[in-house]
Amino acid sequence: MTQYEAIIGLEIHAEMLTNSKMFCGCSAAYASAPEPNTYICPVCTGLPGAMPVVNKKAVELATLVGLALNCTINEHNTFARKNYYYPDLPKGYQISQYELPIASKGYLDIDTPSPLAPLPKGEGNDDSLRPAGEGSGMRVTIRRAHIEEDTAKLAHEKNSALVDFNRAGVPLLEIVTEPDMRTVEAALDYATKIRAILRYLGVNTGDMETGVLRFEANISVRPVGSEELRTRTEIKNLNSFRALTRASAYEIERQIKVYENGGIIVQETLGWDDVREVTVSQRGKEDAHDYRYFPEPDLPPLRLDRAWIESIRAQLPELPEAKTQRFVTQFELKEKEARFLTSEKALADYFEGVVSKSKSPAKTVHSWIAGEFMRYINDASMDVKDVPVAPESFAKLIDMITDKTIGASAGKTILTELFTNGGDPAQIVKEKNLAQVSDEGFILEVVTKILNDNPKEVEQYLAGKETILQWMMGQIARTTKGKADPNVARELLLKLLEERRK
Amino acid sequence: MQLHNLTIRAASEMLASKKISSVELTQATLQRAHEVDSKIQAYVTIADDVALEQAKQADERIAKGENITPLTGIPFSMKDAISTRGVRTTCSSKILENYVPQYNATVTDKLADAGAVLIGKTNMDEFGMGSSCENSGLFNTRNPWDLDRVPGGSSGGAAASMSAGLCNFAIGEDTGGSVRMPAGFCNVTGIKPTYGRVSRYGLIALASSFDSIGPMTRDAYDCATVLQYIAGHDPKDSTSYKIQVTNYHENINKPVKGMKLGIPKEYFVAGMEVGVESSIQEAIRTYEKLGMEVHEVSLPHTKYALPVYYLLLFAEASSNLARFDGTRFGLSVSKDAKDVVDIYLQTRHEGFGDEVKRRIMLGAYALSAGYYDAYYLKAQKVRTLLRQDFENAFNSVDVLLAPTCPTTAFKLGEKTSDPLEMYLSDIYVVATNPAGVPGLALPCGFSNNMPVGMQLIGKHLDEQTLFQVGHAYQQVTDWHKQNPGNR
Amino acid sequence: MTQTIDTKTVKHVAALARLGITDEEAEKFSGQFSAIIEYFNMLNEVDTDNVPPASDIANAENILREDDVQPSMNREEFFKNAPKTERGYVKVPTVLGDE
Ligand SMILES: [Zn+2]
Repeated sequence: MTQYEAIIGLEIHAEMLTNSKMFCGCSAAYASAPEPNTYICPVCTGLPGAMPVVNKKAVELATLVGLALNCTINEHNTFARKNYYYPDLPKGYQISQYELPIASKGYLDIDTPSPLAPLPKGEGNDDSLRPAGEGSGMRVTIRRAHIEEDTAKLAHEKNSALVDFNRAGVPLLEIVTEPDMRTVEAALDYATKIRAILRYLGVNTGDMETGVLRFEANISVRPVGSEELRTRTEIKNLNSFRALTRASAYEIERQIKVYENGGIIVQETLGWDDVREVTVSQRGKEDAHDYRYFPEPDLPPLRLDRAWIESIRAQLPELPEAKTQRFVTQFELKEKEARFLTSEKALADYFEGVVSKSKSPAKTVHSWIAGEFMRYINDASMDVKDVPVAPESFAKLIDMITDKTIGASAGKTILTELFTNGGDPAQIVKEKNLAQVSDEGFILEVVTKILNDNPKEVEQYLAGKETILQWMMGQIARTTKGKADPNVARELLLKLLEERRK
Repeated sequence: MQLHNLTIRAASEMLASKKISSVELTQATLQRAHEVDSKIQAYVTIADDVALEQAKQADERIAKGENITPLTGIPFSMKDAISTRGVRTTCSSKILENYVPQYNATVTDKLADAGAVLIGKTNMDEFGMGSSCENSGLFNTRNPWDLDRVPGGSSGGAAASMSAGLCNFAIGEDTGGSVRMPAGFCNVTGIKPTYGRVSRYGLIALASSFDSIGPMTRDAYDCATVLQYIAGHDPKDSTSYKIQVTNYHENINKPVKGMKLGIPKEYFVAGMEVGVESSIQEAIRTYEKLGMEVHEVSLPHTKYALPVYYLLLFAEASSNLARFDGTRFGLSVSKDAKDVVDIYLQTRHEGFGDEVKRRIMLGAYALSAGYYDAYYLKAQKVRTLLRQDFENAFNSVDVLLAPTCPTTAFKLGEKTSDPLEMYLSDIYVVATNPAGVPGLALPCGFSNNMPVGMQLIGKHLDEQTLFQVGHAYQQVTDWHKQNPGNR
Repeated sequence: MTQTIDTKTVKHVAALARLGITDEEAEKFSGQFSAIIEYFNMLNEVDTDNVPPASDIANAENILREDDVQPSMNREEFFKNAPKTERGYVKVPTVLGDE
């Protein structure tokens, strides 16, 4: 049987976090609008005679993303009209960018191993651009990034549709890759990294369930070893990573099946049916793709001079990749550990905040954050930026564990207390009497009592059932509320048990 | 002198000296409009209430002596393509017959701020697409000089409202001669300012890269007055110039002696009506007498101006008019509509006239896959050459002089059967629009008892020189003082 | 470059522009369009090698808006012109297909 490989390109539509819309002063916070059609004006509802004016902040955010993705920022770029009719498009055209986008020719390196087969020859696929070290990852070429405006929201009813123009005109950035990816894993890796970058830059919240980030996948397949580019299909409106991976995997399988059965793939736009988990054809109209682009006569070409671009570059924060490498060297973390911490800027910042206040090794801080801290905020469905525990408090807590003022289990208790009621860790230790006790007399008393109270378990242990030891340690922790120094307790326990053996 | 033929400054003097109030002037204008306009049909809407309210406020301003401008209390008409909050704005199209804008165009606001009094909205070719007003989707406007003839277009109602004495100035709009050509047909002075000098915000767009709002007046002096109050940068119109507006009256009385007048040879070719040509030649002699140097110049790409203009206009208009889809405003036809597309198809079929449909379809054609480079892009490139023609000419002369139309006003129905022939009547006025340069139309004589117009074309943003040269001519001629009542 | 615009082409562009059109209209427009396009083809005489399109050399400087929220328009005002509204929405017939 023929072996196939997939050729995948991604388009990302990201709403940009501005206060006002792309071309008018209406609020862009449509998600929190009190009522439909309240954030509207002549411009964003396409009233006759209204004219667009470019939002400076949106241009700056788009430039910031372009720079973060190693793109060339085009000092001379133009807006264009994309003409088509749909009730969510009030003017009958969308203001977008076509021939001269704001950013072009960039790249993003991902970790998913590069494919065995060579990339297709063509624009933007210079093998020399590939990062060194086969198998270490691959470079995804960004073809372009351009500014456009979002459409209105359409609610489909039984025999009608309801239009809300609050979203119409919200700034969007469309980021388009070359068809460089060969696996669904690579596509997911790329999508995840792009999302993280957009969040780092403060351009997009990354809240995919609200639709602020939407993916489109272009997919074709071909026999491994072949260099031809076969007909591709385009899956639109993928609103989650799950939809992206499922739809792509489904479409790859579907295309392979079609070829295996001697069929051909038609170039078409597909939708993803989340319920039935299949791709479905969305349009067949012959004129559907004739968008009749032409330069937007209501907007002069946009000129970004060097100085402006450089001032935007100066605002670039440290990006996930660079932060990861720094964490590895500076904090002696494993790459995997560092990557986890930098997956979200707020988390990385929190980690660094704790490390800077703490005397404990960064590794210890990492294990507390990756462990108890994450478990707590995941259980509470909390955002890192909403965590009520100041990094200083957390640092104090970790330091008390490090210097054995308290035990690990007391540490967990205190963390819970900090999350729910706040306060000072040292104070909590005092109030709750949680300080670790290494006093042998006290611990000996406790251990003796437990052995006396549980003769059956002692017998089982002495008969060779060693797991009982763990149970006994648990009993000690329970009785002392975790205060007993586990090392001392263990030593005494073993000693007394051996004595009983005699 | 009758009230209805007053210049702005004559009317303004009467208001200032309290010989008359703005309410009285406005009432007289409204009354005349109601009487006379049944024959002319210059107005689509006469806004009695708005006019009287604005007149009252103007009188208060005058009484207090505060905030008075030369336009305070002066009645004017507005082309029905310019948005007026609360006053129906139809673009003379069935598709907007009942559309009442929720907002004002910037020009509307500026005139209101100056204290001018809006009498009503004037008829036009539907969406500005035409040269005779016969493409109005509502009714025809007649030329006050001969009711069997057209007033020109597309600002035909505006020109007719001036020459019939139905206002003291009119606001027109010129996409490819739409102010200058009807001004010539109706014996009115009018200017197409430099593209971008007057805000387009609120002007219902025909061709966004050509559209220029401009006043129509009784003489060049008044024209400068009105332009002074409507020109300027508008943060709502990204294509409007940020450069400060010059004082248009500053040089208006300076002699033109020694200035250089260019005569573009390409504008004087076979096919021009004899009486038109002789009037233009007479005007050139007048300028020679005033001491101007006359030079023949060449605008070599003139012959391509018409296809460039129409191709780009079709393309931009096809996109600009996409918003008229029957879902948010205006006409909505939904007979047995199964799908939203049915509303689009039916509304646009019934709401648009044939000329609009032709242009929308040809525009879609010129932009469609496979034709873009051959038509739209080619036209944009030749447009660059047209601009260069003017730039080169202005290296050697100060202003250009040319006719506004090869003929005087033609009869209603004479050119309606052949769209291409109608397009050709714009041959002298269209080149300025793709080039963006300003053009001032002035009455310069009569041919077979119908007015003849000429235009002075100037450098980018040099309206000041046009007014100076135009005013000098009107100081020694009285063509502009003729009206259907006194000739 | 001569070409005639047949009724099929007329109907295609009418569909692109969402204009309803009858067979008679398509017939009439077809003749008119052919004459107009024929006239436009005159532009092919002009050598435009190395001539930039005018749209790219527009001389206006950047006009940009600060990212400040301005008051929006009143919904009821907006709805005064709308043919059909419901529960704060603009209502249109069923939307079939995409775009
Ligand atoms: Zn808005």
